[in-house]
Amino acid sequence: MDTISWWGMLGLGAFHGINPGMGWLFAVALGMQEKRRRAVIGALFPMALGHAISIAVVVFVIALAQRQLPEGVLRIACATVLFGFGVYKFFSARHPKWVGMRVNFKDLTIWSFLMASAHGAGLMLAPLLLRMPAAAASGHMHHAPASMTDNTVMLLSAVGVHTLSFFLVMGVVAVIVYEVVGLALLRKAWFNLDLLWSIALMIAGIVTLFLKH
Amino acid sequence: MLQQWKPDPTFYPSPKMAIEAPVEEVAYVAAPRDDGKPDAMCVVDLNKASDTYGQIVHNLELGVRDEIHHFGWNACSAALCPYAPHPYIERRYLVVPALRGSSIYILDVKEDPKAPKLIKTLDANEVEERSGYTRPHTVHCGPEGIYISALATAGSEEGPGGIFLMDHYNFNILGQWEVERGPQSLSYDFWWHLGYDIAVTSEWGYPAMIENGVSLEDLGERKFGHKIHIWDIRHRKNIQTLDLGDDYQMILELRPAHDPTKAYGFVNAVLNMNDLSSSIWTWYKDGDGWGIQKIIDIPAQAPENPDDLPPALKDIGMIPPLVTDHILSLDDKFLYVSCWGTGEMLQYDVSDPFNPKHTGTLEIGGITKSHPHPAAGPVSGGPQMVELSRDGKRLYFTNSLYVAWDNQFYPDGANGWMVKADVNPDGGVEFDSDFFVDFGESRAHQIRLQGGDSSSDTFCYP
Repeated sequence: MDTISWWGMLGLGAFHGINPGMGWLFAVALGMQEKRRRAVIGALFPMALGHAISIAVVVFVIALAQRQLPEGVLRIACATVLFGFGVYKFFSARHPKWVGMRVNFKDLTIWSFLMASAHGAGLMLAPLLLRMPAAAASGHMHHAPASMTDNTVMLLSAVGVHTLSFFLVMGVVAVIVYEVVGLALLRKAWFNLDLLWSIALMIAGIVTLFLKH
Repeated sequence: MLQQWKPDPTFYPSPKMAIEAPVEEVAYVAAPRDDGKPDAMCVVDLNKASDTYGQIVHNLELGVRDEIHHFGWNACSAALCPYAPHPYIERRYLVVPALRGSSIYILDVKEDPKAPKLIKTLDANEVEERSGYTRPHTVHCGPEGIYISALATAGSEEGPGGIFLMDHYNFNILGQWEVERGPQSLSYDFWWHLGYDIAVTSEWGYPAMIENGVSLEDLGERKFGHKIHIWDIRHRKNIQTLDLGDDYQMILELRPAHDPTKAYGFVNAVLNMNDLSSSIWTWYKDGDGWGIQKIIDIPAQAPENPDDLPPALKDIGMIPPLVTDHILSLDDKFLYVSCWGTGEMLQYDVSDPFNPKHTGTLEIGGITKSHPHPAAGPVSGGPQMVELSRDGKRLYFTNSLYVAWDNQFYPDGANGWMVKADVNPDGGVEFDSDFFVDFGESRAHQIRLQGGDSSSDTFCYP
C-alpha cells in the first residue's frame, strides 16, 4: 500500500469519526445521562470495535473479490455500488432504527457495527483498496502463501489505521463537546454530515471508476 | 425530497435550551362540534402585536362527528436523540387523529403556519386494518417514528387498546407496537423516559363506556381504568403494572419529568369513588422497579344550590373537581392542574415531586358556578386541556372535555373558549384580560403551540 492509501485510510477514519451518527454524540449522551466522563470514554471502545468489524468485513470481501474477478469488472461494480448508494443516501433521509439508551458493551458494539454498515462506511474505502498494488498482485489464482499472509497483515493494518484515526477523532470530539462546548453545538454548528457523506460516497464511486494502476 | 442542510431550528437537545425558544405566535386548537357541522382545526393568533391577537384566523374543516381531540407533530426534539439522530427532518406536519371517527389527518403548516393544508387522510378502515386498533388518541414524535395510542382493538371495540407506530416520512402505519402486553387491556395516554428505555401507559375506558357520555353504570361497577403500566421500550414489553386501587377511576394524562435523567412523572386520577375527589400521583423509579404515590387530593365541593346540578350529579349532590388534564413546565418546576368540574386551574410547585406546594389558582366556569372571565363575563364549561409555552410564562387552556361529556356535565351549553394566563416565575398566575377566544357553537379541546410546547417534545439530553 502506498502513502496515498495510508493517508486515505487515516483521513476517512477521521471523516467517519467526526460524524455524530457514528458514535460521539451517543457517547456524550451516555456521559450526560450518567453524569460522568468515564461513561463517555467507556463508550468509545465498543464503538471503535463495531466500526472496525464493519470495515473489516468490506475490506476482506473486496480482497476476496479481487482474487475471483477481473480487475475491470470489480472496479466498475464497486464504482456503481458506491455511486448508486451515494445517490440513494443523498435523496433519502432514512436512517437506521435503533431504540435504547441503556446499553452495555455488546449493545454498543452492535450499534456501531449497524451504523457503520448502514452508512456504507467500509464501502467508502473501496477506491483505496482497489488501488493497492499488493492486492492487485494477488488477483491471480496462483499465489505464494507468504504473500497471502503479507496481504492479510496489510489489510488488517489498514483496518487498524482507519479505526485508530476514527477512535481518536470521535474521542476528541466527544470529550470536547462533553467537557467544553456543550450541546449548543448541535443547534449552531451541526450541518448535515450525512448529506456530505452521501456526496463522499459518490466521489468515491467516480474515483474508483477512473482508477489506474 | 431533498434533505435539509441544517437541523430544524425548533429542535432542542435539552429542556433547558428549549426554554430559551422564541415566543410562539400561533396556536392550533382542536375544535370538535355537536351540531352536525364538521369538526375543525382552528388557528389562533398569539402575536400580541397583531391586529388579530386572540382571534381565530383560520378554520380547516375535517370530518363530521370525528371528535378531533389530541394531536401532535410528525417530528420534534426527539430527532436529536443520539442512537438514531436525524435532525434534518422538519417539524412541519400535524398528525390529527379523530378519537370517534378513527381516521387520521395529516396537516402541513410549513407554507403558511396560519393556514394549515390537509395533505393526507388515512381513513378509519385503513387505520384499523393496518394498526389493529381503533379510536386513536395520543400522538408523540419518537426518535425513530410516530407513536399513537388507541382505546380499543379494531372490530371488537373492546380491549386491548394499545399503541401503534407510524412512519414519520410517509405516514404509513407500521402496525402494533407491543410485543408482550401482560395484563394491560384498557388504554389511553402514553409517554416515556427515553433515558431509561421506559414507556408508561394509562387507562381510560372502552368506546362503549365513553361515547354516549360517561357510563354511570360502568362507573358504579368500577370498570374504568385504575392502573398505569411500565414498559421496557427496547423489548416492547410490559414489565410492571401499578394499581392505584379501584377506588380511583380513570387514570389519564401522563407527564414524565422533561429532564431525561429524572425518573419520575405525574398522572391524574379523575374520580375517587368514595368522596368524588380527584388526585395527582407521582410514579417513580424505586430500585429495580417502579412505585407510585398519591401527592395531591382535590376534594369535591358542595353546590350553592343543589337544584342547579346536572342530572348526572343530582343524586350525589356534590361537584366533583374532575381533574382531567395537567401540564408540567419544561423546567419540571410547576404543575398546572385543570379542575373541569369545579372551574379551577391550580398551580403547584413540584420541584420536590413528593411534596407539592399550592402556589396559584385561577377560577373560571365550573358546574353551577360559571365563574366569569375578565373579558367575557360568566362562561360555561371549565378549565380542561391545558398547554404551557416552552419558557413557562404563558398558560393557555380550553373548556371542552369530550362532546358527549360536555353535554352531560354542562347541559345548559358548552360553547368553546380558550383563555390565556400569565405566569409569575416565583409562582402565581393571572388572566390576560385581552385574550378570550370565543369558539361559538364549536367546542375547543387540545392546544398545540407553534414550534413546540410543554407536552410536544421529548429530550434525550439533560
